[in-house]
Amino acid sequence: MSDVQIQQFREQIQHAAASKTALSIQGGGSKSWYGNPNAHTPLLTSGFHGIVDYQPEELVITARAGTPLATIEAALAEKNQMLAFEPPHFGAQATFGGAIGAGLAGPGRISAGNLRDYVLGTRLMDGQGHDLSFGGKVMKNVAGYDVSRLLPGSLGTFALILEASVKVLPKPASTASLRCFISEARALKVLNEWAGQPLPLSASSWIGSGDANADGELTIRLAGAVAAVQSATVLMKSTLGATELDPAIAAAFWRDLREHKLDCFHALGADDALYRLALPAACPPIDFSTLASSGTQQRVLEWHGQQRWWHGPADASTQAKVKAKAIEHGGHASCFRVGSNGVEQRFTLLSDQAHSAALTAVQAQLRKAFDPSGVFATGRLP
Amino acid sequence: MNTVAPPPDLLEIQALQAKLVSALRPILAEDGLLWEPEDTIPYECDGLAAYRRMPLAVALPENEAQVSRILQVCHAMNVPVVPRGAGTGLSGGAMPIAQGLVLSLAKLKKIVDINPFTRTAVVQPGVRNLAISEAVAHLGLYYAPDPSSQIACSIGGNVNENSGGVHCLKYGLTLHNVLRVRGVLMSGEIVEFGSLAPDTPGLDLLAIVMGSEGMLAAVTEVTVKLVPKPKLAQVIMASFDDIEKGGNAVAAIIAAGIIPAGLEMMDKATTRAVEEFVHAGYDLDAVAILLCESDGTPEEVAEEIGRMTAVLEKAGASGIRISKNETERLTFWSGRKNAFPAAGRIAADYYCMDGTIPRRHIATLLRRIQEMEKKYRLGCLNVFHAGDGNMHPLILFNGADMDEWHRAEEFGTDILEACVELGGTITGEHGVGIEKINSMCVQFGEHERELFWGVKRAFDPAQLLNPDKAIPSLSRCAEYGRMRISGGKLPHPELERF
Repeated sequence: MSDVQIQQFREQIQHAAASKTALSIQGGGSKSWYGNPNAHTPLLTSGFHGIVDYQPEELVITARAGTPLATIEAALAEKNQMLAFEPPHFGAQATFGGAIGAGLAGPGRISAGNLRDYVLGTRLMDGQGHDLSFGGKVMKNVAGYDVSRLLPGSLGTFALILEASVKVLPKPASTASLRCFISEARALKVLNEWAGQPLPLSASSWIGSGDANADGELTIRLAGAVAAVQSATVLMKSTLGATELDPAIAAAFWRDLREHKLDCFHALGADDALYRLALPAACPPIDFSTLASSGTQQRVLEWHGQQRWWHGPADASTQAKVKAKAIEHGGHASCFRVGSNGVEQRFTLLSDQAHSAALTAVQAQLRKAFDPSGVFATGRLP
Repeated sequence: MNTVAPPPDLLEIQALQAKLVSALRPILAEDGLLWEPEDTIPYECDGLAAYRRMPLAVALPENEAQVSRILQVCHAMNVPVVPRGAGTGLSGGAMPIAQGLVLSLAKLKKIVDINPFTRTAVVQPGVRNLAISEAVAHLGLYYAPDPSSQIACSIGGNVNENSGGVHCLKYGLTLHNVLRVRGVLMSGEIVEFGSLAPDTPGLDLLAIVMGSEGMLAAVTEVTVKLVPKPKLAQVIMASFDDIEKGGNAVAAIIAAGIIPAGLEMMDKATTRAVEEFVHAGYDLDAVAILLCESDGTPEEVAEEIGRMTAVLEKAGASGIRISKNETERLTFWSGRKNAFPAAGRIAADYYCMDGTIPRRHIATLLRRIQEMEKKYRLGCLNVFHAGDGNMHPLILFNGADMDEWHRAEEFGTDILEACVELGGTITGEHGVGIEKINSMCVQFGEHERELFWGVKRAFDPAQLLNPDKAIPSLSRCAEYGRMRISGGKLPHPELERF
């Protein structure tokens, strides 16, 4: 069956190449709003599913692109393992290939690493219909260029991912989540101090209102050996006056944070945008009050402050100011989602941050190497 | 050994050399350009001394601007350039090209910035791997990747080989510990890959530059992540009377949900060789010795050592010793760390291979290697990163005997092909370079290799930066295939034979 489907993919790609048209790769469609919008013919991968190989003692799982992410996570959970980068699903239909194409990571990213770090190998189809394999199923592999790791975050603009092998990790022996109400500045200070110490910090989130002086809700997740989590819990309770969350409530919180289901992500007005800033470690609090006077101006900090979300007006002027603010602090910004009703959700990369002129040319040539006819040139990722 | 004969048209080469030297001299300090044979001979090979070639000249820039100008000159003159760090590479990746320049980055050895708050260090490519950890030790931080050559190898070379080491099972490879790389394209343009932020907009080009063997850009600056130094480390030394039991124990530890800070194995031949060298008190009757390290807080280490001990006992370990203090821990490790010099004591030469296999096939590969020892009539020491399935067989031979050297080469090639057959790869961390370029024809097909060439051309359209390394041409693979007919089937039957 899989050979038939692969042949169908090949025919669709070769037809598109011959007719000089583009195909928009789509798995479950849970992230179809993510990336610059386009109206190209979809290349559907959801029918191409199944776990191809899973050896728990190898810490590697190989699955077809259309495999539901939930299926993979369930198979891993049975063996007490997990995808440590905690990819957001943004919908029940989320697929493995879609998660890799989007390249997004969840709350554990700053301690566990990025999705790209976990990709070991891929089987892909290029813009000419060639069925190619790169990387492998082992942890260390430097044979040839690491083509597989170019794909995460490429939003289907390079090649069709057929299968991928990713590293998985054992679930931690113990976890605990703590919560307190403190200022943004203090939260950033303690998180960065602790990140420099051998403590089992696994995730952090600080949620604050538009009032820059008001305290916000800091939640910290600890994960690791039982003894390490216990001693860190004692330290953080005494330092912050934090209380420990019920495990079920904590699990739901981290899941809802990852899936943007918390209220703080949905208080968007119709003309507002959810901005994402990616920043260097130890970046101080950013004063957004000068950027706009309207909107809820809610702020969410994750990854010890290296990923920040801000609600503000979606207009071009505010976009430019947010971008400038991120660059001023050594990072970059994107307009992640627009509007409150979901219909107008869209993501616009602030493309001129992407690379220098020299590397823009390199990217264009790389795309040509994978896809000379422009089958995957949908513009979702500039 | 394979010293390549000088090219036929000596006058033409000399004219090119004179022109290149004349163009580069204004860019570099007086001692920054070498072209006399007595000066350039130290650069004729890297750590793979079996392959040697004299370059036209060697440039030793002191800063990024000089690197850029040198590459501009070579680009304009169509002269190939081979970047070189400390020269510790083991696959000939920095072997010179006869009509090319060696670009030594050894003088770029400043630690530019250490930031304890962001837990990062900005270093130039010539900084030694271990020097980074030494420079930040007082802050309670260190740089985690630790290739065996870390006392000498440079961070620029680590970027180009995506090196690992004992700790990469838990802490990752160079890829996982580098945030940003500055470099110079062959055109002379200065570029940056990655960012201090957790991601960058657009395509993730840093991912493809890592491990690219100096073929996409010359590295001029690297920003690395620093991690908190664990409060304690302790190691278990477990003996096994059967290689199968030892191999299975490795898989059992991982399957139990434990990621040790280090998980290394030595076979009996290695143990005997190193014991004579370091006198660590190894169990000389053991068929295999496994070293399992735990690090973290004292409570974490106690918990993990207890769990690992239970798994090892269940896996059939014939003996278990746990280090009682730091001195004993270092003693346990001393053999593993000194396996290479120990091999050098028992044989005139040794050939270090680097293949990776799924962990569950460790015993199978070791058995196959035992058969190959008989077939090639050469000894082999096996010492490896068991936790990663990254094997480093040391094939013992006498380099003065050409027949032995050829048998050693064939032996190595067979090991790599066995790695691919078992679901692994021909190189874990040493790179392909010139050494394994034929084996690339085994692991990758025609279209995959063509895509590699497409990647190369995207960064270096003129194909002047370390060309002829790592990625084999179609004709090379056809020629290699002609010599290695498997199962009676001719590889690449579509191609004209040479």
